[in-house]
Amino acid sequence: MPTRIDPRGPRFAATLTAVVLAVVLVAGSAWLLAVQGLVFAAGALFGLPRAPYGLLYAKLVRPRLGPPGELEDAAPPRFAQAVGLVFAVVGVIAFATGLTAVAYVAVAAALAAAFLNAAFGFCLGCEIYLAYRRLFPSQPNTTEVAS
Amino acid sequence: MIGLVVVVAVLAAATAFGLWRRARDGRVVEAKVDDQRLGPDELGEALGSRATLVQFSTAFCQPCRVARATLSHVAADTDGVVHVEIDAEHHLDLVRRLNILRTPTTLVLDGDGRIVRRATGAPRLADVRAALPA
Repeated sequence: MPTRIDPRGPRFAATLTAVVLAVVLVAGSAWLLAVQGLVFAAGALFGLPRAPYGLLYAKLVRPRLGPPGELEDAAPPRFAQAVGLVFAVVGVIAFATGLTAVAYVAVAAALAAAFLNAAFGFCLGCEIYLAYRRLFPSQPNTTEVAS
Repeated sequence: MIGLVVVVAVLAAATAFGLWRRARDGRVVEAKVDDQRLGPDELGEALGSRATLVQFSTAFCQPCRVARATLSHVAADTDGVVHVEIDAEHHLDLVRRLNILRTPTTLVLDGDGRIVRRATGAPRLADVRAALPA
């Protein structure tokens, strides 16, 4: 049985993530992006409920709401955190090496994904998973004949 | 200053995309590919006598769960309708052949296995019922 979580938790986390990433862009702050990168890493490694924004949700927001109407699988939002981490790492490296334009593009992409999740419940990382797998299959498919 | 411009541009573009997607997501449309057929060989299961609802899913896909509930509900309460779920990640040859870009994608097959309709995103119950071949 997979872990199931309150779906409003990831939504809340996405909202905070979008705000933080917007501040990163406005302030041009590599440090704040690095902090957000650590938050993504915690979400990818330990699951959203045990990452900072998830803990904040459980402490501050959940007690003010009723119990969730339904639960959702923990794996998709966790995968999305890993995707966010990739963008944050690219952004931090780009800031550090002076490739500011690359950093802006990486953070802008992460902001778009977080905002779409917060405002529309749309999980960009989950949506691109199949496209990614079409390009990079998980294991070599020996039955498939090269064409 | 440039950061603020980027933020405003990203939020505007994402809002436009989100609204566009919400309007289109899950709509059941006529299949564009003519005369494509699927059979028990590809599906690993027998076709339904009236229709087969073929759902392509991936592990990290919340809407796939919604689609599964809707399609299995229709299959359970309609005679001759079968719901088949395929793990897209492990059937990439089929995914490429049918040009499936994201999950969930649902194909509606008639009794002969011909692909008659297609929905990308979790389809609504009433739309699935209306899309079943007579």
